[in-house]
Amino acid sequence: MTKKQRKMLLRILITAAMLIVLNCVPTEGVLRFGLFFACYLFIGYDILLDAGKGILNRQVFDENFLMAIATVGALGLAIYDRSGDYNEAIAVMLFYQIGELFQAYAVGKSRRNIAALMDIRPDYANVEREGALEQVDPEEVAVGDVIVVQPGEKIPLDGMVLEGVSALDTSALTGESLPRDVGPGDAVISGCVNLSGLMKVRTTKPFGESTVAKILELVENSSFHKSRSEDFITRFARVYTPAVCCSALALAVLPPVIRILFLSLPGQWGDWFYRALTFLVISCPCALVISIPLSFFGGLGGASKEGILIKGSNYLEALSKTKYVVMDKTGTLTQGVFRVTGVHHNTMEEKKLLEYAALAECASSHPISKSLQAAYGGRICRDRVANIQERSGKGILAEVDGHAVAVGNDQLMEELGIPCRPCGSIGTVVHMAVDGDYAGHILISDVLKPNAARAVDSLKKAGVEQIVMLTGDDHRVAQAVAEELGIRRVYSQLLPAEKVERVEALLDEKAPGDKLVFVGDGINDAPVLTRADIGIAMGVMGSDAAIEAADVVLMDDDPEKIAKAIRISRKCIGIVYQNIVFALVIKFGCLLLGALGVANMWFAIFADVGVMVLAVLNAIRALNVHKL
Amino acid sequence: MKKTYRIEVDCANCANLMERTAGKVPGVVSARVSFMTQKMQLEFSPEADPASVMEAVRKACRKVEPDCQIFL
Repeated sequence: MTKKQRKMLLRILITAAMLIVLNCVPTEGVLRFGLFFACYLFIGYDILLDAGKGILNRQVFDENFLMAIATVGALGLAIYDRSGDYNEAIAVMLFYQIGELFQAYAVGKSRRNIAALMDIRPDYANVEREGALEQVDPEEVAVGDVIVVQPGEKIPLDGMVLEGVSALDTSALTGESLPRDVGPGDAVISGCVNLSGLMKVRTTKPFGESTVAKILELVENSSFHKSRSEDFITRFARVYTPAVCCSALALAVLPPVIRILFLSLPGQWGDWFYRALTFLVISCPCALVISIPLSFFGGLGGASKEGILIKGSNYLEALSKTKYVVMDKTGTLTQGVFRVTGVHHNTMEEKKLLEYAALAECASSHPISKSLQAAYGGRICRDRVANIQERSGKGILAEVDGHAVAVGNDQLMEELGIPCRPCGSIGTVVHMAVDGDYAGHILISDVLKPNAARAVDSLKKAGVEQIVMLTGDDHRVAQAVAEELGIRRVYSQLLPAEKVERVEALLDEKAPGDKLVFVGDGINDAPVLTRADIGIAMGVMGSDAAIEAADVVLMDDDPEKIAKAIRISRKCIGIVYQNIVFALVIKFGCLLLGALGVANMWFAIFADVGVMVLAVLNAIRALNVHKL
Repeated sequence: MKKTYRIEVDCANCANLMERTAGKVPGVVSARVSFMTQKMQLEFSPEADPASVMEAVRKACRKVEPDCQIFL
């Protein structure tokens, strides 16, 4: 609690005690009024003052003014009636203050909790100077400086490990609890926590461009992008308070006038005036105005804890209406890394064939060559290779250990006049010939992510109607992947520009209220990410372009997070709607009961504060999304 | 040009009021106030001088919300 809040709590407690004492001690007339009035001023002086300032600044319809009118009116009525019952005015003021205090406390607390959740800002960087470690502001570290990261510390800037082996806790960024092992030569990302060993890191980016700064900026800006529900409530609040005030005025004047003029009944001015005051008590739109942004903020915070960064409440809201999910294949559903998945029709030992292939390809940095070298796994001794000739688009000819080795596709074999055997499996086929004879082929394919099928399944369960896969890959490969994952719509052999056209066609196809999500790895699909209703980029630790272009950023490359993001948004929007409906029903119910004279002021203030408390508590629920 | 300022405001409705008020100050193209992060983001028109505009914004906000604070 802040000092201001503690002071308020004290005032509330003293007022409550005074109220009890005053009701037990019998007093009469002016003395009684004086004592109660002192009590009233004690609890409500700030509201009366603010109301006065409001009038001076021509801000009449603020809640301070309304509370002031309602309570002063109630006091006046008690004097007019000679009832001597001043409790009501004080109680209304008291409960209003309790409500305000609770709101300030609960909202402040959850705001700090959520902010702490998202706070990955490193406090310092260790720089070695003259043999001693010195702590400096991360912003002062230049690119290329060497920083020391001790166990238990946050990595302050993006960089590359020079020395030291350690395990990193990336959970603050990705929500993934499994530590990641790093060693010399590995890139490390700011915001991760060093768990075990001392590391020396050469920085590759200034602090302002490091991952952690990018994420902080994204998260901080996210609450400026307001959703339609928030805008609706803002507009509603603008109309609601004046409307209730006007109705209150009408309620105070019209019924008595009608009774006197048309029904020839006594006016009952006091009675209707009291009902009008009850109206004013319910006129504050607080419950709505606070609970909606709080729910969204909780949802955004909870999601970021899970490694799902959403750039604004508007995207969170749109996500909940997702009906179309369009996914890129490479890097989204597959790992985007080529791997040797089989060696067929080989005339020599598999290991030997891979060794020849790896050696022949030793000078190439093509992903396929790399996968061959990785599959071989052994050390590549370049002395064993001579006469490397690259046939662009076909393959490589080389002499390995004195044997003429040819590694390449169908066209290369055709050129060499070597009959080759086609492959029945799906993937990229690399044929091999040794000393002019066909020696078999190696199958290379992009490997599916282990949980890709589960991810597609959970999307279907989350109510996504159409799952579409786009790929630049060959038709056969695309079809096979789609079948394995249970995706029915596939568009293959697309150029990047054609992907945009395809997404545009799908945007036209869907119903207007539905939303289309595009998921990509953010490397070369920025145009598509921007074109879709919601662009999700995944596995972007370190990729600035993707963070810029996407609306939702998945810190790791787990495709199951797509469905999780949708579930989080649904929960959050559910809470928002619950709060809107709940608050409106109670408010209008109270207004009606107040107008009919059933609800008195006590009832009204209880309902008003109660709705706010419940709405705030409900909104805080949006933060708990871990188990979704 | 966009700039973000830290603010202090007690109620969500007051934050909305500040947003509306700040948006009307000459030199401000658009204003966004986030009650949750207690921040105000202003977009200034190119010819405006942020320092003097901010003085006006602060004055205007004080008028509608006597309790609010804007930290420059």
